[in-house]
Amino acid sequence: MENIKTESLKRINREDEINTQLLLQQPKIEVKQLSAYFGANQVLKQINFNVRPKEATAIIGPSGCGKSTFIRCLNRMHEVVPNAKIEGNILLDGRDIYKNTDIIDLRRRVGMVFQRPNPFPTFSIYDNVAAGLKLTGRRKKKDLDAAVEQSLVKAALWDEVKDKLKQSGVSLSGGQQQRLCIARALAVKPDVLLFDEPCSALDPISTAKIEELIQDLKNNYTIVIVTHNMQQAARVSDYTGFFLLGELIEFDKTEKIFEVPKDKRTEDYITGRFG
Amino acid sequence: MSNLGRKIISQTMIWGALACAMIAIVPLISILAYVVSQGIGSINWEFFTHLPKPVGEDGGGMANAIVGTLVLVALSCVWAVPVGVFGGVYLAEYGDGKAASIIRFTADVLTGVPSIVIGLFAYVILVLPMKSFSALSGALALGFMLIPTVLRTTEEMVRLVPMTLREAALALGISRFRATLNIVIATAKSGILTGILLSVARIAGETAPLLFTAFGNRVWSHDAFEPIAALPLQIFVYAISPFDDWHRQAWAGALVLIVLVMSLTIVSRLWTKRTYQVH
Repeated sequence: MENIKTESLKRINREDEINTQLLLQQPKIEVKQLSAYFGANQVLKQINFNVRPKEATAIIGPSGCGKSTFIRCLNRMHEVVPNAKIEGNILLDGRDIYKNTDIIDLRRRVGMVFQRPNPFPTFSIYDNVAAGLKLTGRRKKKDLDAAVEQSLVKAALWDEVKDKLKQSGVSLSGGQQQRLCIARALAVKPDVLLFDEPCSALDPISTAKIEELIQDLKNNYTIVIVTHNMQQAARVSDYTGFFLLGELIEFDKTEKIFEVPKDKRTEDYITGRFG
Repeated sequence: MSNLGRKIISQTMIWGALACAMIAIVPLISILAYVVSQGIGSINWEFFTHLPKPVGEDGGGMANAIVGTLVLVALSCVWAVPVGVFGGVYLAEYGDGKAASIIRFTADVLTGVPSIVIGLFAYVILVLPMKSFSALSGALALGFMLIPTVLRTTEEMVRLVPMTLREAALALGISRFRATLNIVIATAKSGILTGILLSVARIAGETAPLLFTAFGNRVWSHDAFEPIAALPLQIFVYAISPFDDWHRQAWAGALVLIVLVMSLTIVSRLWTKRTYQVH
């Protein structure tokens, strides 16, 4: 039996071999039968979804399809909203984040960047980046200095702000603020980064910079990005899921979703027939 | 209606509204002018450094009353500001339930309770059991007046902090407690301070709550359990006396009080202005 399996594996072509390896690899995040509610209103319906490590997974769909709710379930920000609840399981590295994981610990491992840049207005640039460390009890100046510099370098912001770290975070431009927020998320050393429409409040040049940054970050981080910009999904992601009315309609490699979608509704959406 | 008619009505309304606006500031301007003209003559170094003299003797000051007012305000802030601020933070952050709406309503009603009634209440719960007028009971009464305004302004200011900042903090793995303390309150800080300053300015000039609590004192008070002098009380006593030199002192006291209260208000305004420029 094992022999037959090995034989058949050998026979498949190279691309499929890579695909198979990816399928055999343990997903970073496994979402099983996830339903999410606001009060009695069900916004996600039995979603099954896997996120592969060190890849960028995009979630697309029209407004109100539940894509933001979905991503907010992944770091348990959904439950911050009063009356919000979920059913189903989400596993991070095989462990259920709703049952056996400390919420603080989870949110440190799964960082998040929001739709609008939201640096802490009373904090300096330095303190914004250090906030996640300082406010969770790590105060050694040497460690903080190192973490702030590394995070700003990774967020491609260091050169622009290294001489004004003491200035207010809100003194930066919108695009810089968003990269500051990325640096802030990186500082707590997550392995997953969630982006919730990170460029929707930014101009095209700032958007291009953030996209470039995401391309770069996926070498070291697992990335999930919600976007209503399909070109963006096509540019930055390896896998794409299409959501519609709280359901996951289709999930596949990004180029397949955009070139040969299996579902009629996906095709209609990406060709701009609705949404 | 003709174009001309419309223009005439428009102009009349504008001038009428301007006239009303002018009338609104007349009392303040005339009070200020009158208090300054009556009081400035008796303001001198002695007024700020000496105790009141007995009737008939020239000179003397209100040093004990000025310090007394500062002590009373400080004592009331010590207990009432934390209550108001943390209560306000609770209402803004966790205040969705029935209890919160009752607290909110009660605070609003408390704001409207006549200050003399608050004084009577402090008299009953502190002066009677301790069998003595005291600075403490005065601070209790003033604190009761401070709490509702500090509570409600703090709540408003904390509510103004965008939800996205709280989410950003939580998403970094910062605990709710830390996020509220170091990020939400820090962001609302200048607004909260403005609210405190305005509330303090309001209570600093209160007389009625002190009548049967702090009571007033002709000499220095060295003990929080003793009666203590306060500017408004001293002004009241001097103003209803039949002596001309006491009347002059009362005007000087009124001037000092008004300058004190106005500078608090102005400082808080400047503060607010600066805050808005930053963001």
